[in-house]
Amino acid sequence: MTHTHVELRPGAYADSVALLQVSRAVQQADGVVAAQVAMATALNLEVLEGMGFDVPAEAGPNDLVVAVRLDDADTLDAALAAVADALDRAGRRAEGGAADLAPHRTTATALRDAPGGLVLVSVPGRHALVEAMDALEAGSDVMVFSDNVPVAHEVALKRAAADRGLLVMGPDCGTAVVDGVGLGFANVVRPGPVGLVAASGTGCQQLLALLDHAGVGVSSALGVGGRDLAAEVGGPSTTEALRRLDADPDVELVVLVSKPPAPEVAATVGSYAEGLATPVELALLGPGRPDLTAAAEAVLRRLGRAVPPWPVTGTAAPASRGRLLRGLFVGGTLCQEARILAEEALGADAGHTFVDFGDDAWTEGRAHPMIDPTLRLEHLARAAADPETAVLLLDVVLGHGAEPDPAALLAPALADLDLPVVVSLVGTAADPQDLAAQTAALAGAGAEVHLSNAGAARRAVELVGSRG
Amino acid sequence: MRVVTAGADLLADAVAAQAVDVDRVDWRPPMPGTEDDLATVAADPARPAANERALAAVLGVTARLVDVAPAAEVLGLGRGEFLHAGPPITWDRASGPLRGGLMAGAALEGLVEDPEDAVALFESGDASLEPCHHRGTVGPMAGVVTPSMWMFVLEDPATGRRTHCSLNEGLGKVLRYGAYSPDVLTRLRWMGDVLGPLLRAAVRAAEPVDVTGILTQMLQMGDEAHNRNRAGTLMLLRDLAPAMIASGHDPADVAEAVRFVGANDHFFLNLAMPACKLALDAARGIEGSTMVVAMARNGTDFGIQVAGTGEEWFTGPAQLADGLFLGDYGPDDANPDIGDSAITETAGIGGFAMATAPAIVRLVGGTVPDALATTRRMHEITLGENPRWTVPVLDFQGTPTGIDVTRVCRTGILPQINTGMAGRVAGVGQVGAGLVTPPAEVFPAALARLAELARGRAAGRPPERR
Repeated sequence: MTHTHVELRPGAYADSVALLQVSRAVQQADGVVAAQVAMATALNLEVLEGMGFDVPAEAGPNDLVVAVRLDDADTLDAALAAVADALDRAGRRAEGGAADLAPHRTTATALRDAPGGLVLVSVPGRHALVEAMDALEAGSDVMVFSDNVPVAHEVALKRAAADRGLLVMGPDCGTAVVDGVGLGFANVVRPGPVGLVAASGTGCQQLLALLDHAGVGVSSALGVGGRDLAAEVGGPSTTEALRRLDADPDVELVVLVSKPPAPEVAATVGSYAEGLATPVELALLGPGRPDLTAAAEAVLRRLGRAVPPWPVTGTAAPASRGRLLRGLFVGGTLCQEARILAEEALGADAGHTFVDFGDDAWTEGRAHPMIDPTLRLEHLARAAADPETAVLLLDVVLGHGAEPDPAALLAPALADLDLPVVVSLVGTAADPQDLAAQTAALAGAGAEVHLSNAGAARRAVELVGSRG
Repeated sequence: MRVVTAGADLLADAVAAQAVDVDRVDWRPPMPGTEDDLATVAADPARPAANERALAAVLGVTARLVDVAPAAEVLGLGRGEFLHAGPPITWDRASGPLRGGLMAGAALEGLVEDPEDAVALFESGDASLEPCHHRGTVGPMAGVVTPSMWMFVLEDPATGRRTHCSLNEGLGKVLRYGAYSPDVLTRLRWMGDVLGPLLRAAVRAAEPVDVTGILTQMLQMGDEAHNRNRAGTLMLLRDLAPAMIASGHDPADVAEAVRFVGANDHFFLNLAMPACKLALDAARGIEGSTMVVAMARNGTDFGIQVAGTGEEWFTGPAQLADGLFLGDYGPDDANPDIGDSAITETAGIGGFAMATAPAIVRLVGGTVPDALATTRRMHEITLGENPRWTVPVLDFQGTPTGIDVTRVCRTGILPQINTGMAGRVAGVGQVGAGLVTPPAEVFPAALARLAELARGRAAGRPPERR
């Protein structure tokens, strides 16, 4: 008879990635049927409820929840010992020596004891301003990976940065390449003549992947955060990033990639870009505008390089049931690009769905879906079981920071499906996950794998369209 | 290239995997409920420069002992006026040791014959109670100051600003620990009749004693200048003894005074404290600064004052110290924390300089690595270091200086205070010594006021008086 144990640990804290690892370790312990160790955010409470756990009503976002379901009550002590052991391992740090006596607890003291360098902030969004402000006060550029950062905080940070000639990448900046170092979710690329300014993390990664396939390197990719070109923020980071790339002698061509900007901000940034010595190619995503693959092709032509065919591996079977396209994405820009292309071809409000699991609503207190596939896998199973579903469209994004082997979890979930699956696999040959192996595993499970997200979306549309 | 990371270790790992030097901040969520105020204060454009100014002001002060004189003379304290340690308090809320100290003070001033009779005097409200801090003074433990008590007068030569402190009575059964037996009063009278005038003569005849300089040296010699002042006391004696001998006072009195000072390892504490106050007062009233300028306790409440919030006190219940007890005394005998002496920690010595004082580490129940860790941990909540006051065992790193309200709220690390323990019951005196921290809630309260003032500045509103 199964036994369920739920406890709150107020004031305990670990970051969402560490807790994902703890949950996985506990799930593998003997006698454990299901386990979830997470901070009690609204989303995680929903997940726990979905798993059938009753969480005490007083649980708040600063409380750690330990929830386990066991084969029988006798194994509880062993399961809790596994939790303690996994939490202990998650909290242990690699470095030794005197710093262990009292490690730095704020960005300010870390920079005071050793000034210089770049700061990468990935604390929960409402705490991010404080750490990022430390960086600016110490004269360091900062990348704010955190999402759920209030827009007023973003404005305050960028104002402080502008006063000091510093760059704030983000908030919600997933990807950057600075001095050849990938930060956040970054693909491994060779150095080269292109400099990227990106208000879109996965948009940036798509360009990195396509340019790399075409043999063109990238010297820097500076993320600015998805809201930088919105009216409230006004594009200060975009302007500063353009200024820096213009000043970089290695950069021959700058590419600005973004979701549709506010028109007045686009005008300001556009006229700033026109005044630069380095040419700027605009890749602004939106209805009726060129997709990211077309933007990559335009870049290649401006550099006088050949446009290669974008690789496709495997062939999706024709759709045999349902009439709807289900897009389940980890990349926000990839999701938006697919939606635009699908709506152009199939019409809006036709019932096709496009979910971005990287959206703030899905990541409050949880790791990004490029790290934690749980929520998407759950929805994938549900979408596949829905008789209305005709075609599944997915993205898989490789690079530093992302899951070490995403195909290992996704391929088994795809293998037994009786509907066509199209995957856009964004990555470079040098990425740690091994692009070729990931491609082979996904194609082996029956998916049709594209390097171009626009290519994948068009193919999915075609498969849905063939159903009439 | 170097990357400092705060947050998910996985992202730090991904950077480290690219052979980049990664410095990981051990980030934890801030004290509950402080998130919004922290963001407001962090974004306050006045704060960075204000804190820089506040720290520079504190570090710019030097203290010299320029006079010794009765409180009536230097503070204008009148008959029936009593100063006490900590934030403001009334007799009805006063703890045992504060009551005992006040009773001893009333008897010393001849307001009552027997200290026990003073209870009615204080209950009637005829005597006035005021914090030492409000009169340019700091008082150890009960901190009771009466008009006839002799005070050290310290001066910042650059500005002429002055602070004051009474003379140290020694340990055990003494007024400042709440004792009021006849021998306590006898000693106080001798201090007033003999020690005070003799010290005045010596101080006025000698070069002003460089108190800041002595602090610098004693920190190198194993004193943290709160619970251990042995080296400082002897250096003071070295500076004053020739003038005491040459003062023309009765040689027997001189010998008794030198014996009294030399045998009292805490004598210099009463110079360290006003030196710290002199430095911290330089930062008072700096708009936008989040630096703590005073931590003080009256045996009931623990209060802090902050550079950017004027004279307002933020208070919570004083805590019981954790430490070792004299004789048969135990935790039940101890009063909650009391005294203005936490001004030393506020200025970056005392508990903040634990690493330099291995001899007291065991007194307060710790090990040498604990002491090193304590001083390092205090660097996490302070704005800077004192280049004058350095700790040899930490590679001559300066002591952590300028407690930052925002960093206390961010890290949950509370200032570490070395302290003595007074008996809970009036008349008992000292029962032990140990370690204590402020009640955590005073820091979020101060932060909330700083945030309110910052919002007012952003909206162009003048600050509302408190």
